[in-house]
Amino acid sequence: MLTAVACLAPALVVIGLFVVYPLVATGLLSLTDWDGISPDKPFVGLDNYRKLAGDADFRNSMVVTLLYGVGVSVLSVVTGLGAAALLNKAIRGRAVYRTAFFLPVVTSSIAAAAVWKYLFGASGPVNAGLSAVGLGAPNWLGDPHLALLCLTLLTVWKQLGLNTVLYLTAMQTIPTSVYEAAALDGAGPFQTMRRITFPLLAPMTFFVVVQALVATFQGFDLVYQLTSGGPLGGTEVVGFLVYRTAFVTGQFGYGATIAYAGFALVFGLTWVQWRLGGRAEA
Amino acid sequence: MSALRQLSRHAVLLGLSLLVVAPFAWMITTSLKSADKVNTGPYLVPHQFEWGNYPQALSAAPFGHYYVNSVVMTAGIVAGHLVLDTLAAYALARLRFPGRNVVFLGLVATMLVPTFLTVLPAFDLVIRFGWFNSYTALIVPRLADVFGIVVIRGYLLSLPRELDEAARIDGANRMQVLVRVLLPLCKPALASTAVFSFLFAWNDFLWPLLVTSDDQYRTIQLGLAAFTSKYAPYPQYLMAGTVVAAVPAIVVFVYLQRSLVRGLAATGVKE
Repeated sequence: MLTAVACLAPALVVIGLFVVYPLVATGLLSLTDWDGISPDKPFVGLDNYRKLAGDADFRNSMVVTLLYGVGVSVLSVVTGLGAAALLNKAIRGRAVYRTAFFLPVVTSSIAAAAVWKYLFGASGPVNAGLSAVGLGAPNWLGDPHLALLCLTLLTVWKQLGLNTVLYLTAMQTIPTSVYEAAALDGAGPFQTMRRITFPLLAPMTFFVVVQALVATFQGFDLVYQLTSGGPLGGTEVVGFLVYRTAFVTGQFGYGATIAYAGFALVFGLTWVQWRLGGRAEA
Repeated sequence: MSALRQLSRHAVLLGLSLLVVAPFAWMITTSLKSADKVNTGPYLVPHQFEWGNYPQALSAAPFGHYYVNSVVMTAGIVAGHLVLDTLAAYALARLRFPGRNVVFLGLVATMLVPTFLTVLPAFDLVIRFGWFNSYTALIVPRLADVFGIVVIRGYLLSLPRELDEAARIDGANRMQVLVRVLLPLCKPALASTAVFSFLFAWNDFLWPLLVTSDDQYRTIQLGLAAFTSKYAPYPQYLMAGTVVAAVPAIVVFVYLQRSLVRGLAATGVKE
């Protein structure tokens, strides 16, 4: 018993101090209008939550976060599943492809976004390519909607390798007899994918979607480096708004409110959507 | 037919890989271009080799110092994770005590907590402890890690208990059993934990941004972000700096990717 306490104590103390206590403290902070510096934290009850209801920046960040979250989830499932399906066969050079897909995952967000910022710059190589084939030169990072599209593509690109490996792991647990039976019944590759692989991979799809939603909800590094939340708030996800509110404008209490309410709304909606979706399929 | 299918599969994979790798090709190509060629093709294959861009970029900001800070922080975090996670995993896999499963499930639940629900009070603690602008602030709060505990615990559970019992009969105490008998057998799990911790620490941005303000303690990712806004008109220097910041993680990954993938598989299986 004593040994167990001694072994667990270091990890539990750090996790308790820097994860569990802050999780509760954020809730309490959301009821104050603390500025992050002064010794006292004036209690204001639910004022911050009332303020939130009429806050255009918060509403904007919710819309941006939902669009970003849905975009990244859908594209992550499609690309991860597609790449895994292509690699889930005895194929030459499999390890090389997997390494290529994984490179963005291990690259720091700051480095990756620095590169993308130039690739999609007004006179960058993407536009050079587009105008060479007569498709014009859109101002990718200067338009709120196009900037969000860029951020979404960057995030999907960065996570592709991870999702591919997750799906590959799950695919390897499906017994080959299932596929043999389907082949005997004359199912083609697309039918097999739609009727067998995809339904059997549902738990992994759930995991990939939750991962994508958590990543987009707390997305910060990519946003900071690619657009700093702009233009005109077009890429200001909840995480970035919390940072700006607390650390740039010095409203720690209100920042905590945004974090709590934003989390509750995003995951509440996800849960409702999941329940409705699940019922419709059943 | 089958050969044709194989060929088309390769064609799609090759196209996808090129698309994924293209930004890296552009990064390297640009870092080696002269100033007058940065906005002209070819974009993806180096055709000029202005190696001077690298020393030029590295002398424009205290990159050497940022690098040392990143190395110190990363080493501290990796070592801390290995020690703390191993001890906790050992208790959770091998020792009997009331509430063991509750503790484990509680720990796993903390993995789902998004950063922004904890970062404000965590920052406040750093200030109150007087850790702002220090290696302590960069390392200690980041030792909160559950991933490694899950991976190492899983591995320990797969080792037969007879190993422990035999060593105990030979007179070893619990710590000797862990250090001399179990850990040497756990190398794959320790390697996975170390790789993940390395990538987490080396690439981390938000936490170092919040708890440091002095160049004395800023890491390479912070340096790169500051450099990006200052040197925006000089992509060739900027990309030289980016290559330097990204390379360690890529090298670690290429050498240790089997550990990384195995670690992912270990967490994937529990789903």
